Amino acid sequence: MYRYSLGNRRWQFATLAELMAKATPARSGDRLAGVIAHTAEERVVAQMALAELPLKTFLTEALVPYEQDEVTRLILDDHDVGAFEPVSHLTVGDFRNWLLSDLATPEMLVRIRAGITPEMAAAVCKIMRNQDLILVAQKCRVQTAFRSTVGLPGRMSTRLQPNHPTDDITGIAASILDGLLYGSGDAVIGINPATDNVAQSVRLLQLMDEVIRKYEIPTQSCVLTHVTNTLEAIENRAPVDLVFQSIGGTEATNRSFGFDLATLAEARDAALSLNRGTVGNNVMYFETGQGSSLSADAHHGVDQQTCEARAYAVARKFEPLLVNTVVGFIGPEYLYDGKEITRAGLEDHFCGKLLGLPMGCDICYTNHAEADQNDMDNLLTLLGVAGCNFIMGIPGSDDIMLNYQTTSFHDALYVRRVLDKRPAPEFEQWLTRMQIFQDGEGKVPSDGLPEAFRKSLASLPGGVGS
Amino acid sequence: MTGQKPSVIANPWRRLSAWTDARIGLGRAGISLPTHEMLAFQLAHAQARDAVHLPLNTSALMKDLAELTERRKALLPHEPVHLQSQASDRITYLQRPDLGRRLSQKSCEALDRQGHTGDSPIDLALVVADGLSSYGVQENAVGFLEALLANLETDDQTWELAPLIVVSQGRVAIGDDVGHRLNARCVVVLIGERPGLSSPDSLGLYLTWAPEPGLTDASRNCISNIRPAGLSFKEASWRLGYLLREARRQEVSGVPLKDRSEETVIDQGIGNFLLR
Repeated sequence: MYRYSLGNRRWQFATLAELMAKATPARSGDRLAGVIAHTAEERVVAQMALAELPLKTFLTEALVPYEQDEVTRLILDDHDVGAFEPVSHLTVGDFRNWLLSDLATPEMLVRIRAGITPEMAAAVCKIMRNQDLILVAQKCRVQTAFRSTVGLPGRMSTRLQPNHPTDDITGIAASILDGLLYGSGDAVIGINPATDNVAQSVRLLQLMDEVIRKYEIPTQSCVLTHVTNTLEAIENRAPVDLVFQSIGGTEATNRSFGFDLATLAEARDAALSLNRGTVGNNVMYFETGQGSSLSADAHHGVDQQTCEARAYAVARKFEPLLVNTVVGFIGPEYLYDGKEITRAGLEDHFCGKLLGLPMGCDICYTNHAEADQNDMDNLLTLLGVAGCNFIMGIPGSDDIMLNYQTTSFHDALYVRRVLDKRPAPEFEQWLTRMQIFQDGEGKVPSDGLPEAFRKSLASLPGGVGS
Repeated sequence: MTGQKPSVIANPWRRLSAWTDARIGLGRAGISLPTHEMLAFQLAHAQARDAVHLPLNTSALMKDLAELTERRKALLPHEPVHLQSQASDRITYLQRPDLGRRLSQKSCEALDRQGHTGDSPIDLALVVADGLSSYGVQENAVGFLEALLANLETDDQTWELAPLIVVSQGRVAIGDDVGHRLNARCVVVLIGERPGLSSPDSLGLYLTWAPEPGLTDASRNCISNIRPAGLSFKEASWRLGYLLREARRQEVSGVPLKDRSEETVIDQGIGNFLLR
């Protein structure tokens, strides 16, 4: 039982899960789950009670039972007491102060990473304002690499997402070309297949591999199919760079996705054995998003932001190249409007970075959410300031396969320009070498058609000149 | 103006849009979207938003369905029935998927009164729900049903049908509730799909064998993107006909019922031109 007195009024929260849920800024998913604070006042009281809680509590009180859940076991068994030492005496409220203070240097934040559990990150997140989430995340440096290096200071990368509703090869190739000529794709070229089976995945992997090799692009490819499909593709000797999987923060969520931790370990080993990286060996690409555990009825009464943070424990076990919170995709029953989507995007980015993950964000919305391009512009700018590792890039913001809107190739150039960000260094050099960009910093595209692509386009029926 | 660079840089690869609906080769003003493209996007988004919030014109739909029932008397001996989910308005519907999956008390009573098809089970209940695009339903439901009923009428086996059902503020799983109450062996829900920018009018359909409340998507087969610019009524009704016959023969639906009717996708385009 957690108690808090305010004046002569006494408040009670029966469990730690209830305290955490009620301290969470309002969102529709927690309302749907029935765990949300009943009043605005109760929420702030819960935040005050949570602020007084020692961080250590999370090491002895599991929100999801240890015996029932392998994610809880992973979190507690892998906890590094030595790394935790500098902050082990703090309450959640003091932890916020410490994170904001100059004691928390980028080096110090790296040092304590393995001592922070997802629940500690989620708890402090709940009592931080948006500017706090931005300021601290900006101090967290997470750098990963495969054929390009993602997450260096002053850089922001993009996933080129050339989806097509029928996986049409010409349509996909057209979107890839459009993206490359707008300087997109240094984090990954990643396709969500319309037809989700092994044969189709192999076909798409070969398509991307051939393009990457022909133009010697310092990037990696990924087909966002189920982990078991990718394993089979590797067995069939397909050119797999990255293994993809959607992950959640409880064992039951992941079982509903059709995998467990052992599956991910097996897939990572298989991808590592191919040894296809040149500047690094991070071979995993994970996607997450608040609401997935509730959607799978696997949330154990835990609020959606805490479930999301727990997914990051799964991710960090496998040293991913990219972790992408697909923040607005799930729909308004979990994140209702632009305000809730914005808050969730900043929370996820902060928690992931604090835990040491290469966080990117699919800054997105569906047409049944109360959100629009202006909301996305805001979140994009905020995440740019926060130092987000990568965002999506899609032609004109319109995903014609998944029927939602995410950031465009133009959006990435906007944020690079206003915040003085550059692409991954290997990719930036390639853009200059290929005469795709006229400056050396990946900010200004060339006016005409670069020489290397003229032949391909001239070969089209009717030709496409320069 | 001579000698001055234009403010908008066009992209010579724009012509590739002949092979895809993706918004490629949009050009740029500086590094931003040119005005024309920006407004074209805003229009598409506005249309998709309207599709979500536009209420289903139920009187027009019920009239069309009554006429359809009249034309197909042999298959449809009962008048169509209009029902309501427990989600009383659009805002509730969007935030409470659980309420959109259950019939209101009044509708339960109405269905028990009007929908009665006797004690022995009927073969099929067809349910039309507004879902996330009433536009998709308004534009495509009747045309699709025409094609499906023609298909069923000429089938080797007879199909005993429940009255056509329309549900306002309904989710896919409302079919389980409706089908169960109608004592239907199989239910097919036609529903307005989440509208995309390039497809605000998409109709989806979900087939469930032995419907009862509490089933999950693992028990359903789905056919998506039914609209003039997507999967045609004819092709969709042919595929559903295949699934219906197989569901009836094997007495299953969902994961164990594999859709082998889908033709292999043949690329319409010119392959990977980037390798030339």
